[in-house]
Amino acid sequence: MTDATLSGPTRREVDRIQDSYMAQVRRRRMYGGLTLAIFVLLMVSGFMVADGRNAGGFWDGWRQMLDFPADVLSEAWEKRANLPGLLLKYFPALMETINIAAVSTLIGAMVGLILSLLSTRGLARWPRLIPVFRRLMDILRAVPEIVIALVLIFILGGGPVPAMIAIALHTAGALGKLYSEVAENADLKPVEGLASTGANWTQRMWLGVLPQVAPNFLSYTLLRFEINIRASAILGFVGAGGIGFELRNAMAWGPGRFDEAAAIFVLLFGTIVFFDQISSRYRNKLTEGQ
Amino acid sequence: MLELKSLTKRFGDKTAVDAATFTVDRPMMIGIIGRSGAGKSTLLRMLNRLSDASEGEILFEGREISSLKGAARREWQSRCAMIFQQFNLVPRMDVVSNVLHGTLNRRSTFATMFNLYPQDDIHKAIEILDRLGIAEQAPKRAEALSGGQQQRVAIARALMQDPSIILADEPIASLDPMNAQIVMDALRRIHEEDGRMVIANLHTLDTARRYCDRVIGMRDGRIVFDGSPEQLTTGVARDIYGAGADFSEAATSTAIETLDRTTAQPVPA
Repeated sequence: MTDATLSGPTRREVDRIQDSYMAQVRRRRMYGGLTLAIFVLLMVSGFMVADGRNAGGFWDGWRQMLDFPADVLSEAWEKRANLPGLLLKYFPALMETINIAAVSTLIGAMVGLILSLLSTRGLARWPRLIPVFRRLMDILRAVPEIVIALVLIFILGGGPVPAMIAIALHTAGALGKLYSEVAENADLKPVEGLASTGANWTQRMWLGVLPQVAPNFLSYTLLRFEINIRASAILGFVGAGGIGFELRNAMAWGPGRFDEAAAIFVLLFGTIVFFDQISSRYRNKLTEGQ
Repeated sequence: MLELKSLTKRFGDKTAVDAATFTVDRPMMIGIIGRSGAGKSTLLRMLNRLSDASEGEILFEGREISSLKGAARREWQSRCAMIFQQFNLVPRMDVVSNVLHGTLNRRSTFATMFNLYPQDDIHKAIEILDRLGIAEQAPKRAEALSGGQQQRVAIARALMQDPSIILADEPIASLDPMNAQIVMDALRRIHEEDGRMVIANLHTLDTARRYCDRVIGMRDGRIVFDGSPEQLTTGVARDIYGAGADFSEAATSTAIETLDRTTAQPVPA
């Protein structure tokens, strides 16, 4: 033990640090292990419950999962001569779907813009009302589009307008949240500079904040447009018109009209890929090519 | 030991490093100087294989380095540690974890994802931190440390790799004079005690003179000077930096002693 006294306090100091760090590591590993165990438990039990309540049961059903696509594909292949005509026939319905998405994205973005500026710290017109506008956006986001659409269809009757309103409401909530996160990081110095010239709130936002955040806002809006095309196609299923409505009709009839279903799938898939590509291209340009 | 044969890097039609050639036959401390944009960083990044060379080759102990791919390249990177100007630590992780990142090449991906490092490595990491005088900071988050301390954590990570070469890209450019000296002293001590080769990009001449055994000067991508610190006269420095006769080292020096020197001999106005 002589060298222990020789190397003295520093050696013992390092030992102490090593021991305390190891204790910390052990504690962290235990927490990590517990979290993992709980996660696995939840996964397994959740799956068991879902499987138990399922009508058919997952283990018997999953082998038949490919039967339906196989039916559709084989029938569509037999009637492949009809495909060009069907594509043309359903093109107007597709345009209706895209229109619903475009209008609702525009309206939703405008409402979202106002809501976001009203609920961002440092920018808000009425700072005390920030929680109110935040909760309002939470509610808009929390209610699924399909629920709003069902209620509106009940009131207004089927058609594209209820779908448009439903998607616009949801978009306003979702974009408002994203916008306000961007606006939170905006530089406040230009806003202060404008305030010093006597500009009102709208002028400060329009001229001081928007130029800074416009590329990010646009990029989020394009992303939302993509999502809304999918949403408006789905809303067709509950009677809101557009290509989703036609798809439900084609599929609900069962075998016999699967060629139409296939044509609609092709249209939908092509559209989504098309807008996906376009918007990701512009988004890259906006965020990088400044 | 280390040999560069007309190593070239082009970005589009711009040549960042133009046929760099030199040989190092024993572990020494080498300083690379030159103004910003001269290609110093690009040269180091090619040595570490963070970026690929456009032409030429790098040989280390007779082995071709510049064409390594995949796992072989990563194995080389683990033997050729790199220290950055902005430290490049993971800010939200604790100091010891950051040091243990030096062992990533040896450990399985799965174990490192869950931060499962062997106890021996953890002890070694803390010993290295103690050697650099920052063992006390071990459990803190890296972002909570001062710049000089963070740079020493980065050096500890490099040492954890047990490398043959340590590359330092402007290691003291964002530090105050006091911390700069601590970091340079640490690098020099590592070179002397462990016999590792150290290649550092430096932006001040007095640092290069004081700490290095050999100085390489670069200008516009070319090596224009290669010699001992004694050969690095003010005239040579003017050539390297492309400066006129009004060029004075003292004006930009970060060494504390320079203050005394300038007050003793005022620069004629």
